[in-house]
Amino acid sequence: MEKMPKWADATLVPLISLLLAALLSALVILAIGEDPVAALKLMVDGALMRSSGWGYTLYYATNFIFTGLAVSVAFHARLFNIGGEGQAMLAGLGVALCCLYIPWPHWSLALLGACLFAGLFGAAWALIPAYLQAKRGSHIVITTIMFNYIAFSVLGYMLVNVLRPARAMEPASPRFPEATNLPTFEDMFSTAAAPLFKSAPVNVSFFVALAACVFVYLLIWRTKLGYEIRHFGFSETAANYAGTSGVRITVVAMLISGALAGLMAVNTTQGEAERLILNSTEGAGFIGIAVALMGRNHPVGVLLAALLFGFLYQGGAELALWTNIPRELITVIQALVILFTGALDHMVRAPLERVFLAMRSKKEAL
Amino acid sequence: MTEPAIELNGISKSFGPVEANKDISIRVMPGTIHGIIGENGAGKSTLMSILFGFYKADRGEIFIHGQKTEIPDSQAAIAAGIGMVFQHFKLVENFTVLENVILGAEDGGLLRPSLAKARKTLKELAEEYELHVDPDALIQDIGVGRQQRVEILKALYRKADILILDEPTGVLTPAEADQLFRILGRLREEGKTILLITHKLREIMEITDTVSVMRRGQMTATVKTAETSPEHLAELMVGRKVLLRVDKKPAEPKDTVLEVQDLRVRDGKGVERLKGVSLTLRAGEILGIAGVSGNGQSELLEVLGGMQTGTGHVRVNGQEIDLTGRFSDGQSRRARGIAHVPEDRQREGLIMEFSAWENTVFGYHRDPAFQRGPFMDNAKIIEDAKGKIERFDVRPPDPKLTAKNFSGGNQQKLVLAREMERNPDLLLIGQPTRGVDIGAIEFIHQQIIALRDAGKAILLVSVELEEILSLSDRIAVMFDGQIMGERLPDRTDEKELGMMMAGMSTNDTDGAVA
Repeated sequence: MEKMPKWADATLVPLISLLLAALLSALVILAIGEDPVAALKLMVDGALMRSSGWGYTLYYATNFIFTGLAVSVAFHARLFNIGGEGQAMLAGLGVALCCLYIPWPHWSLALLGACLFAGLFGAAWALIPAYLQAKRGSHIVITTIMFNYIAFSVLGYMLVNVLRPARAMEPASPRFPEATNLPTFEDMFSTAAAPLFKSAPVNVSFFVALAACVFVYLLIWRTKLGYEIRHFGFSETAANYAGTSGVRITVVAMLISGALAGLMAVNTTQGEAERLILNSTEGAGFIGIAVALMGRNHPVGVLLAALLFGFLYQGGAELALWTNIPRELITVIQALVILFTGALDHMVRAPLERVFLAMRSKKEAL
Repeated sequence: MTEPAIELNGISKSFGPVEANKDISIRVMPGTIHGIIGENGAGKSTLMSILFGFYKADRGEIFIHGQKTEIPDSQAAIAAGIGMVFQHFKLVENFTVLENVILGAEDGGLLRPSLAKARKTLKELAEEYELHVDPDALIQDIGVGRQQRVEILKALYRKADILILDEPTGVLTPAEADQLFRILGRLREEGKTILLITHKLREIMEITDTVSVMRRGQMTATVKTAETSPEHLAELMVGRKVLLRVDKKPAEPKDTVLEVQDLRVRDGKGVERLKGVSLTLRAGEILGIAGVSGNGQSELLEVLGGMQTGTGHVRVNGQEIDLTGRFSDGQSRRARGIAHVPEDRQREGLIMEFSAWENTVFGYHRDPAFQRGPFMDNAKIIEDAKGKIERFDVRPPDPKLTAKNFSGGNQQKLVLAREMERNPDLLLIGQPTRGVDIGAIEFIHQQIIALRDAGKAILLVSVELEEILSLSDRIAVMFDGQIMGERLPDRTDEKELGMMMAGMSTNDTDGAVA
């Protein structure tokens, strides 16, 4: 018998955790002498009440959806891919090469091409740690995190020595040709009468992220590959019994994970910056871990968690802009959210289970 | 009248929603052996853990020799004179017997005086209870039977006068078990009180004075052993009448299905675990592999089932199968008509986090019959699972329930349903009834016999000698990675098989049909 209904496990637990995190954050804000209610209002106003605020929230969320899905897919195979950051960086290089050196006639084709390159580059960067894990038993957490540093250095080298236009001071690639620029929500949804998403970076790759959610759902729960990834993740001994090759699953799951993390570069590099810059990932690869954790490795959960973190990012920027609350505090709030939804999950679940149990036994007694 | 050595009064313990012990009261008189019998999950181990201070009871009182005693931890239990021999020994493998005995019971900071004292005490104990073990032998060099004696010595060295033994015969050969019972008999004569936890009815009948039966966390009865019978105890355990014997017709073996020649397997450390096994198995017969666990039976199943690599020759229906390389995995075996009920259903045979229906295609999930386009045809699999659940009487009959929420017996039925309904030519089946309640054992045995009668070849591995004897048409005994010989079940007995299981060759070849 299940201890509590699945819906409660999936919604109540994260919601209560979130509430606790918010409460604690409020205390912290109080402690530094600011008004938590005003701060929350500012965050909500800045991130959700205006369409341009939404434009930023959704832009960040797009990144987090990709990296959250990447962590989730790997996690279903019990692989902890914390190399999303590096995979996305390398994918940025792929996107840049694709946009700079292929003469695309139209943005839609460029988008497809950039997705392909981003996926390939991201997957390739995940392949080496995956292979080392599968064949040599080198722990994937160690190798992927080291590969983040290598990716950063590779990117730096490429930008400074190869892609940087002559005489430019900044380690960045030239601007991508106009034809590759992706339409933003402003381009798509604004009319002269009603301007929307004014100068916000959210662009068409948000829909690619939504499609990725559907793709991951179908892959994990509806295909035999997904079935194999999941059963390998739950029990390697059982996978051996079934005849599922651990090497194959480790490599394939990491390739998919790396490709998903890589897709994020389409949003940041092709969609927003329209050129390749050094720190385009902005830690989204790591936020993906929190997003996957909070989203229970399910695409719907990842989507919601990504929106929440998008809100925190954008709301936090507003706070830093308009109040004396330092930007670092946003990191504290994010950390609290991660702590409560991820690490202290059991603290909320156990009492909740007891409540449901008590309710049930009362019902049975009647 | 003397005080009871142990008196438990209204002990209750819950783990979250599960009530493992409900209002349990027993009285055990000193100088007796008291059996506690019950199916897996009946709450026996929880009760003993409470008595030994691993868990704290939610309610209830414990009296030791009439004294109300609090047992918050194992130190307190030892101080109260309680010793425990666990199913899985708690010994340091590369320490000597002597070192293990004093571990945690040293006097002062210097080892030498403690060791000398222990050596003397051990000698006295050995003579008093016939517990002979070489004090200077390393644990890793002595057999499990002796290791168990070390556990008993450890308890006695700590002046225990109440001994709890948890499933003590699980790892022993019949001969070793007999020796253990003799030792327990000596301990009883010397006035020690013994609590024996087991699920084997035979042991209860053989050695105990009184027996308590547990079912679903409750104590259903406490009776004098002399006044009861195995059938009655089984009924008390399960809650209904059970058939303890298996009815079957004589086998009608047909063509050879499985031929194994000089099969060898090395484990990860390079130690040879199968040392040249040869056997044949024909359609319509059950070949039982008897042996103490750890003598190569697991490796035999694993290499045949594609979970291990090996060398040698294995032919199925006359065709050689690969023992290494790409085509030696479980998928390739299934393609050859080999089905496998693995020894450990929780770690191998099932994904405990998957629902029942997902588990009913585990290993066969690539079968095109279960696919629709690029996707798995979940609706069809669920429909198929419903049928399997119904035919194998899996309870509760809910295909959406997660595997871990089924009882051991019903989990096993899920595995059996999956493997048997593939209609394999060869069924490998390991420990079919381990941890399975008596009621389900009856059903599982009937299914195995039915599959044999349908003309399938069945290779059965079990550490339960009774099971081997009652199901097999032929019995091969394994010891140290080799087959000691074959016997016919009606021309041999537990004693002879027990000797072979201990590695002693019997000269009686009259039953062999190799």
